Amino acid sequence: MKFRHLIIANLFRKKLRLVLTLGSFTVAMFLFGLLAILRTAFVGGVDVAGADRLVAINKVSIIQPLPFSYKDRLRRIKGVKDVTFANWFGGIYQDERNFFANFAIDKDTYFEMFPEFVVPPDQKKAFMEDREGAIVGKQTAERFGWRLGDRVPIKGTIFPGTWEFNIRGIYEGKRPQDDTTQFWFRWDYFDERKQFQKGFVGWYTVRVADPNDSVNVVKAIDSEFANSPWETKTDTEKAFAASWVKQMGNIQFLINTIGAVVFFTLLLVTGNTMAISVRERIRELAVLKAIGYSDRFVLFLVLAESLVVAIIGAGLGLGLAKLFTMGGDPTKGLLPLFYLTPTATSLGAVLAVAVGILAALLPATTAMRLRVVEALRRV
Amino acid sequence: MRVDGKGEGSLISVRGLDKKYQRGSEEIHVLQGLNLDVEKGEFVAFMGPSGSGKTTLLNLVGGLDVPTAGKIVVAGDEITHMSARKLTAWRSRHVGFVFQMYNLIPVLTAFQNVELPLLLTKLSKEQRRKHVETALGVVGLSDRMHHYPRQLSGGQEQRVGIARAIVADPTFLLCDEPTGDLDRRSADEILDLLDRLVRDYQKTVLMVTHDPLAADRAHVVLHMEKGVLVEQKAQVAQ
Repeated sequence: MKFRHLIIANLFRKKLRLVLTLGSFTVAMFLFGLLAILRTAFVGGVDVAGADRLVAINKVSIIQPLPFSYKDRLRRIKGVKDVTFANWFGGIYQDERNFFANFAIDKDTYFEMFPEFVVPPDQKKAFMEDREGAIVGKQTAERFGWRLGDRVPIKGTIFPGTWEFNIRGIYEGKRPQDDTTQFWFRWDYFDERKQFQKGFVGWYTVRVADPNDSVNVVKAIDSEFANSPWETKTDTEKAFAASWVKQMGNIQFLINTIGAVVFFTLLLVTGNTMAISVRERIRELAVLKAIGYSDRFVLFLVLAESLVVAIIGAGLGLGLAKLFTMGGDPTKGLLPLFYLTPTATSLGAVLAVAVGILAALLPATTAMRLRVVEALRRV
Repeated sequence: MRVDGKGEGSLISVRGLDKKYQRGSEEIHVLQGLNLDVEKGEFVAFMGPSGSGKTTLLNLVGGLDVPTAGKIVVAGDEITHMSARKLTAWRSRHVGFVFQMYNLIPVLTAFQNVELPLLLTKLSKEQRRKHVETALGVVGLSDRMHHYPRQLSGGQEQRVGIARAIVADPTFLLCDEPTGDLDRRSADEILDLLDRLVRDYQKTVLMVTHDPLAADRAHVVLHMEKGVLVEQKAQVAQ
């Protein structure tokens, strides 16, 4: 690219201005990266939810249980392929601040329902053979330094007492976005030991044979248990996850609004910088045109300068955001999906390029339309 | 060189050139039916009071502006009705501009400034380097190749400007008060250089100047007043 030195030389014309503009881009893109990370952390569960899975909870509230006997009735409903269930435990390891999701699962059906969680076969076998066995996500195991065979005491908050479990397996996620902070133990052991709600489960997860038929299956499930003491409220897993997020307020709207403000401000800052930069060298641009450079070349020259700043700034900002996630979830468990997604990175790059072009468009057009004779007359 | 409109086959031929500007409600007639013929290898100086139309004439002949009426033919190309795009390409091939304020790009070295017109050509990097070195050699600045304009004197800057003007071997040079911003000694050096370009390299030079000493170097001095060439003074070739 024989014009490269022309672009670079122009960029370095005012070093302080270059540093400040680059800094604006870097900070803005870093902020964008953080917002994207937070968005994933809060609503990422919605995105990773299985398209063919439904969740049935008690119609009154998720806190209210459902009878264990529903398992077989659910399986008989037309369109239902598999059924599993789980129960929130809400236990604490050593300190309340050490939060991680822990619940009792149905050992026979849970792993098939969630194939995105991978447990080595020998570990799964050991879990099946130990009533006090537990499987923990890799992230949580690393956080507490747990290894296979460790005996871990968990203090119950809903179900009193100290419950001790043997770590029999450590699971990993198939995809980077899969949550590897959970702690599972056997529901049969849990049901046997708990003092109340015996024969009840927290919620059911159902796999439908045909995801396109989900609406009918949802209706069929809720109809099946209508007018019973434990009516159900069934939804797709995605909608279920989204309803959790909604409980925290409209996070997405907040994130989008802040992001939009950041980009609009960046647009104004960069636009002003480019306008000043072009105004300062009107004569030089006129000379380029006089010696044979086309209007279009001058347009591209100004756009290219802005784009270079945008691309470098985006690279630095998004790179810093990525570095920020390297240490993992800073809340130690509250935001298990704490990472910058490739989609967010690409979106950030596209937005940066768009801002780079938009910011320079007006000054670049001015430069393109510049009349040589008039510009050379200016002192 | 003729101003009676009867020349034939000249390098630059101007016929009935008119240029009007609108300033508010007032119409300013800058050039009025001007005729001019310049032969290859001639050094022509234009003198006259400010606002007489000298620079306007130069801009028109250089394809930087379009006339209200009349015709300009340079080396067989009629530029009067060329589109802006074609005119830009034509300028890069045929015209070398030398400005009063040098108009170098301050963030580029002398070498890079001189190389600018060549970036529009298909020459390889190595070929461009040779051309630039030759041009800088002609103006006597081989040892200042990698200096930035701020590291050069006014005279040296103007010599870089001339190297930039000649590097692509244009058909003719347009010099708008090339010594207007220089002291006498530097001005003489620049005039010597222009002289040499005409004499040794058969360059055609059209120069606007207020400086009688500069005009004395030209083969022909034309005086302009209110858009009309009023006087012609042929000089003895030196």
